[in-house]
Amino acid sequence: MAIDMSQTTGVGRGGSSEGGGLKKGPKLNAFTGVLVGALGYLFGHWMGNAIAGGYQQVVGSGQNDTAILLGFIFGTIGFFLGLGILNYPLQKMTGIEPPTDEPEQAQGMMKYFRYTLDNKVVGIQYLFGMLVYFFTAGLLAMAIRTQLLSPTNHIWGPATYLEVVGEHGTMMMMMMTSVVMGPFGNFLVPLMIGSKRVAFPRLEAAAFWFTPAAYIILLSALWQGGFQSGWTGYAPLSIQQGVGQDAYLFSFGLLGFSMICSALNMTATIINYRAPGMRWSRLPMLAWGMITVAFTMLLSVPVLIVGLYVMALDRSAQTSMLYAGHGGSSFLWENLFWFFGHPEVYLLALPGFGVVTEILPVFARKPLFAYKTSVAGMIGVAVLSFFVWQHHLFQSGMNPDMRPLFMLTTELISIPTGFLYLVGMGTMWRSRMRFDVPMLFVMAVFFNFLFGGITGVYVSDVPINVTVHGSYFVMAHFHYTIMGQLMFSVMAAIYYYTPLYFGIKLSEKLGKIHFWTMFIAFNSTFLPLFALGLLGMPRRVFEYAQRLQHLNQWVSVSAFILGLSLAFFAVTFVWQLAVSKPKSPPNPWESRGLEWQVGYPVPHGNFAKIPVILAGPYEYGDPNALPVAELSAVGAHSASVSGGDE
Amino acid sequence: MAKTMNFPTYSSEEGKKHARNIVAIWFVVAVIADLIVWFVYGPHMPPGTMTDQARGAQFDIKVVSVMAVPVLLFLWTFGFYAVAKFRGGKDRAEGYYIKGNVKTQAAWYIITASLVLFLAGFGTYELVLPAGAGGGEGPSPIWRPSTNKLLQVQVIAQQWRFTYRWPQFGGMETTSINLPINTEIQFNVTSLDVIHDFWAYQLGVKADANPDSNNVAFAKTLETGRFTVRCDELCGIWHGAMFNYGHVVSQSQFLSWAQSMEAQNASVTKLLPKYATTYTPSYLGAGGGYYPAGDPNGTLN
Ligand SMILES: [Cu+2]
Repeated sequence: MAIDMSQTTGVGRGGSSEGGGLKKGPKLNAFTGVLVGALGYLFGHWMGNAIAGGYQQVVGSGQNDTAILLGFIFGTIGFFLGLGILNYPLQKMTGIEPPTDEPEQAQGMMKYFRYTLDNKVVGIQYLFGMLVYFFTAGLLAMAIRTQLLSPTNHIWGPATYLEVVGEHGTMMMMMMTSVVMGPFGNFLVPLMIGSKRVAFPRLEAAAFWFTPAAYIILLSALWQGGFQSGWTGYAPLSIQQGVGQDAYLFSFGLLGFSMICSALNMTATIINYRAPGMRWSRLPMLAWGMITVAFTMLLSVPVLIVGLYVMALDRSAQTSMLYAGHGGSSFLWENLFWFFGHPEVYLLALPGFGVVTEILPVFARKPLFAYKTSVAGMIGVAVLSFFVWQHHLFQSGMNPDMRPLFMLTTELISIPTGFLYLVGMGTMWRSRMRFDVPMLFVMAVFFNFLFGGITGVYVSDVPINVTVHGSYFVMAHFHYTIMGQLMFSVMAAIYYYTPLYFGIKLSEKLGKIHFWTMFIAFNSTFLPLFALGLLGMPRRVFEYAQRLQHLNQWVSVSAFILGLSLAFFAVTFVWQLAVSKPKSPPNPWESRGLEWQVGYPVPHGNFAKIPVILAGPYEYGDPNALPVAELSAVGAHSASVSGGDE
Repeated sequence: MAKTMNFPTYSSEEGKKHARNIVAIWFVVAVIADLIVWFVYGPHMPPGTMTDQARGAQFDIKVVSVMAVPVLLFLWTFGFYAVAKFRGGKDRAEGYYIKGNVKTQAAWYIITASLVLFLAGFGTYELVLPAGAGGGEGPSPIWRPSTNKLLQVQVIAQQWRFTYRWPQFGGMETTSINLPINTEIQFNVTSLDVIHDFWAYQLGVKADANPDSNNVAFAKTLETGRFTVRCDELCGIWHGAMFNYGHVVSQSQFLSWAQSMEAQNASVTKLLPKYATTYTPSYLGAGGGYYPAGDPNGTLN
């Protein structure tokens, strides 16, 4: 296990450039990528016009989906070429042996705009990418709440409103939450399992670079008339839409490829690159969260890509697979989409639980309670998530006799998610909790997810579902699970891991201001939405009943405060990273985790030599516990001394 | 971990005291909360009492709530108690080395599993008993009302309005909907374009409207009054404006309304395609007329 396959470092071998090819070629980065990508788009668009410009439906509608889609395809290929991602595979394919040495480490900020094989750089790229996507989508949420201040007066017309709703949902679901494995999995998992590298560094790096391409393409929909189908993109509405829908389906597809690449890498890394002694029974919970998510992604995302491909063909080549009355069916997309979508929305919970169960023992100063139950909970959620997708379609008229089965499978998921509450309570039981900022966010996760979980029982009960399906109740339910659970977990992880990522300990005082405003504003925003749903407000409406105005205004004002709280976080976070730089002691939380034992900055290659794991990471409170691993520190001070590895 | 650490000694008596406190607080709070949920909020819970199906749904919400509220309160009680009592002090002491407890874990598995299985069984029973609980059951429902005397109402959704066809009244089509009281009603929901959803809130009825598909839902009216009809599946820009009201009225009022509508609409009804469970819209799109399925040119009319 964990054979050392790391390549020798590039010390003293100048001349190789980023991307592992093109000796002494131009320095490739995101900007050359965008440049070549733009050229690619123009080429693809020209080609699409040449192919399909004379088609009857193109002439009739003045809209050429073929050209747009080919533009996106060649644009993305160009972006990848311009970044140097394709150098290595192209060289391999044409029989040129690419240089085996690792690309030279770029210095300073520039390395974050490059295609790089260092798992820690990729992790940080993902972290900032994810935050950018999150804040973009958050601004769109502010726009939604502005419109809903009044039941009848409009800030925007109904078309713009639905464009904003669709962009918000798609951006949050596919761009922000789906990449959550990135910032934490890529950076931390190799450190946690005692590996010098990830299994497929090129896949891992490419997985990140799909996301900015998808971000640009998804936003481009806004000046193409947007798409009014929401993030679920139900056909035939999505077939009826203008070219904005092509941006939706293409960017979603790119994210699908990104998820597959990063999931492949994560699975292979955790299975094959564990250090000696890192048994499954000692694997940190965050790594369990990542591997269960990765498996779920590997099995579900291909179905999404197929569905998107079908949609693309229906829109461009006039196949009619999603059209009723022409041999297709509007149910097909619903099934394909939710067969992906349901594992997806549960797998958003898993990284959150990984983070929470990882951090809780550190601040409770106790071992994780019922470790095996906790793992079983994650595996249970991951497996069951494949058997519940039709609960989105209880009222659709499809397969009504299956409703009891899907009700059962959905409610069964409460058992493994309940395990996580058992683990949480058991760990807190008679502990010595320290309420630092990461711990506050962890406690909030348990608080918030309780609402998400319990309302999930209402939603999955078919007779109640008749009332709540498609209403604000469902909307509140999944915002509690995704924002209340995942986003609060992400915040916990950010506050917890900045000392390791950046050598900076974020201010407790500012962190507490951020926490309390975010926690209160979040609940004040989303709790009333349950009531709105029960009172009969459907989702995605730009007008609503007059009697619901007060509640909606309360929600909007709370949402603005929530937005301000997050803006406060953004400003203080960037300020502390870039300007004030409060220095952190090594391992400020007194964690036993292996990732904390290497010191800051984590050296290139993570460990001087592969550590031998001696004990589990959560043996708090045991005076006789062995250290988690035997390793010589390779932090800033010792890195120069112990640089060579073999 | 070379630094000196503080490991307090363990006392199991103290643990029992904490457990007793938590259970006692929880029990009192949960009983009070459940009484409030059932007796104070219960009668006002959605979707009301207008139909058999709505009453069933309301009963379900009440039952699930009295089960969910104690669970919620137990976790809250535990959480607040833990935050208050299980805090680390200035001594930076470590917690106890407890990695699990067989009895607690077993109790948790058994209790959560029984709750969940009960809920699934209860939900299924409630789904089958009032004929599909008001939800869309597709073209050939297996849970039907026991009677055959059903008022047939076809709901035709299109961008962006609902219309209704009445096969028992000469196949007339109306833009408004009135229903007689104490009557079993069969809604046949279909669409002419994209997916919509017929949500009659107070009737406890919800069924997706799919093109080329008939989605059947049942309801038995029990009270007169007004109900709201809303589209509940995103269907394009005017989705938010796709709603109207209907009324449940006395049987004689309904009959006179329906007969006068039938007479009034007779000349228009003649121009309509023959009543069918689904239709194919004309190539002119929304508002451009429609034809029975399988007859896209309307020549069989
Ligand atoms: Cu509609």
